[in-house]
Amino acid sequence: MQRRVSTLLLAVGTLFLAAISLFVGVIDLHPGEIWQGGEAFTLMLDSRLPRTLAAVIAGAALAVCGMIMQMLVRNRFVEPMTAGTGQGAALGILIVAVVFPSASILTKMSIATATALASSIGFLMIVRRLPAAQPLLVPLVAMIYGGIIGAGVAFFAYQWDMLQFIDTWLTGDFSGVMRGRYELLWIAAGMTLLTYLIADQFAIAGLGREASINLGLNYDQVLILGLLAISVVAALTVITVGAIPFVGLIVPNIVSRQFGDNLRATLPLTALCGASLVLASDIVGRVIRAPYEIPVGTVLGVIGAFVFLWLLYARPSHAR
Amino acid sequence: MITVENLSYTVANTCILKDISVTLPKGGITALIGPNGAGKSSLFSHIARLLPLQTGRISVEGLEVSPSNRQALSRKLAILPQEVHFATRLTVKELVQFGRYPHCQGRLRSEDHAMVTAALEAFGLMSLADRFLDTLSGGQRHKAHVAMTYAQDTDYLLLDEPLNNLDIAASRALMALLRRLADEEGKTIVIVLHDINFAAQYADHLVVLKDGCIEREGKPAEMVTGALLADVFGTDAQVAVVDDTPFVMP
Repeated sequence: MQRRVSTLLLAVGTLFLAAISLFVGVIDLHPGEIWQGGEAFTLMLDSRLPRTLAAVIAGAALAVCGMIMQMLVRNRFVEPMTAGTGQGAALGILIVAVVFPSASILTKMSIATATALASSIGFLMIVRRLPAAQPLLVPLVAMIYGGIIGAGVAFFAYQWDMLQFIDTWLTGDFSGVMRGRYELLWIAAGMTLLTYLIADQFAIAGLGREASINLGLNYDQVLILGLLAISVVAALTVITVGAIPFVGLIVPNIVSRQFGDNLRATLPLTALCGASLVLASDIVGRVIRAPYEIPVGTVLGVIGAFVFLWLLYARPSHAR
Repeated sequence: MITVENLSYTVANTCILKDISVTLPKGGITALIGPNGAGKSSLFSHIARLLPLQTGRISVEGLEVSPSNRQALSRKLAILPQEVHFATRLTVKELVQFGRYPHCQGRLRSEDHAMVTAALEAFGLMSLADRFLDTLSGGQRHKAHVAMTYAQDTDYLLLDEPLNNLDIAASRALMALLRRLADEEGKTIVIVLHDINFAAQYADHLVVLKDGCIEREGKPAEMVTGALLADVFGTDAQVAVVDDTPFVMP
C-alpha cells in the first residue's frame, strides 16, 4: 500500500519537476506564450522539451540499470557509470571516431555497446574472484577498474589529438540536447521497459546462483541479458549526453532501504526516483549561476557524495 | 527415486567422487553421512545440479538432471544449499512467493497464494510475513528459506547440512517437520547430515560415504555401530541403544 502511495507521489513530483524544467532557462518563457506559436513554441519544441525528456529518460534508465547491476553483482555499492561500463562505452566511441569517422550513428552505437558489454563482463569476472565476506572490496575494485579503462581512453584520445571530446563523453551535460540530437535515448527507454518484463528473474538472480538454479532459472542467460541492457543504456547515455554518475548508485540504495528488493514492485519507483533526481540536478545546474550552466554530472557528483555518506551512516528501515 | 550412475568428479587432479552408483529410494528421509571430505556435499551438489556433470548420469524419476530440463526439475526437486546468505532485502512473504516461481513464472494465481499462505502457516511465520529478512534472527531467516522450498511444492526436497547454525530446539523442530512432510505428504527428503545421532533418530535410510565412495547403506538401526565409527570415521566411540535407536556417545 505504502509503495503505491509513494509511486503516485513520485510520479506527481516528476511531472512537477518536468514542468519546471520546461520553463527554466536563459530565455524567459511563460506557459501562455507557447500556444501563440512563434519563437516560444519553437524554443519549447527544439530545446526545452527534448532536454526535459532526455533528463527523464536518462535518469530513469540509469537508476534501473544501477539496480539491475547491483542484483547481478550482488553488491550494493556498484553502478555502471563508475564500474567500467560507462568508460567502456567511451572507449568504443573513441575507436569509432578514430577508425571509422564517417560511420553511421547506428554503427557508433553498436560498437559503443559492444565495448561497454565487454568491459562489464570483465568486471563481473573479476568480482566473482573476490571474497564474498568483504563486500567493500567490490566498489574499490570497480573504481580502480573504471579508472584504468578511463585512463586508457584519455591516453589514446591524447595520442590521437581528441582530448577535447573526452569531456563531452565523461561529464554528463544536457545543455547540448536539442531536437534531432537526443532521440537515441528512446532506445534506452525501450530497453529499460523491456527489463521490467523479466524483473522477477533479476530479483531471483540477486538471491544468488544456487537459489536461481533451484527455481529453474537459466542463470547465465539472465546475467547476459542484464549486462546487455546495462551496456546499451550506458552506451546511449554516453553518446547523447555523457556519463552521469551516482544516479545508478544512490537511487537503488534508497529504494531498496525503503521498499525492499522485490524488483517487480520497486522498479517503477526506482525509475521515477532516478528521473526526478536527474531533473532536479539539471534544474539546479541551470539556476545556480544563471545565465551560465553547471553540467548535470558535476551537480550529481556533489549531491551524490553527500547522499551516499548519509546512506552509509543512516540505519535501514526495518519493516514496511 | 533418484538414480546416480557412474558419477566421478575430479578437481585439480584430486578425485573427489570415484565412480559412484547409488539409488536413493522414493519416500522417507535418506541421510548422506560420512567424515569431513568424504564427498557428501559434492554428491549433493551434483544431484542438485549445482555442479556440471563430468562423467556419469543422474536422473530423478526418469527425468535426466541436465540444464535442458531446468524448469521441469525445478517443479520436481527443491534444494536448500548449505549457506544461504542474501544481500537483497525481501520480506518473508516475498521470499516464500519466489518459491512459486517454477509454477507460475512470477504471476501468482490463487492456488499459488494459497500455497504461500500454507507455507507461512506451516512454519509459524504468519506474524513475520511482512518483516524484512535482514531484521530476523538467524533461526527465523533459516525457517523462511525452508518455507520457500516448501512452497515450491516438489516431490523431492534436498537439504545440505540444514542443522548448521541451529540450536537444539530449532534442529529438532526442523527434523520433526521434515519427518512429518515425509510421513504425511509423501515427500522424499535427501539430507546431508553431520550429526550421526540426528541421522539415526530421524532418517529411514543412511548412505555412508568415505573417500569419494559409497561405503555402505541401509537402515540406521543396523548401520550405526561401533564398527562403522571405527572403519569409516576412524574413532572408537561407543554406541548405546535407547528405545531401539542407536546413540553415539560423544
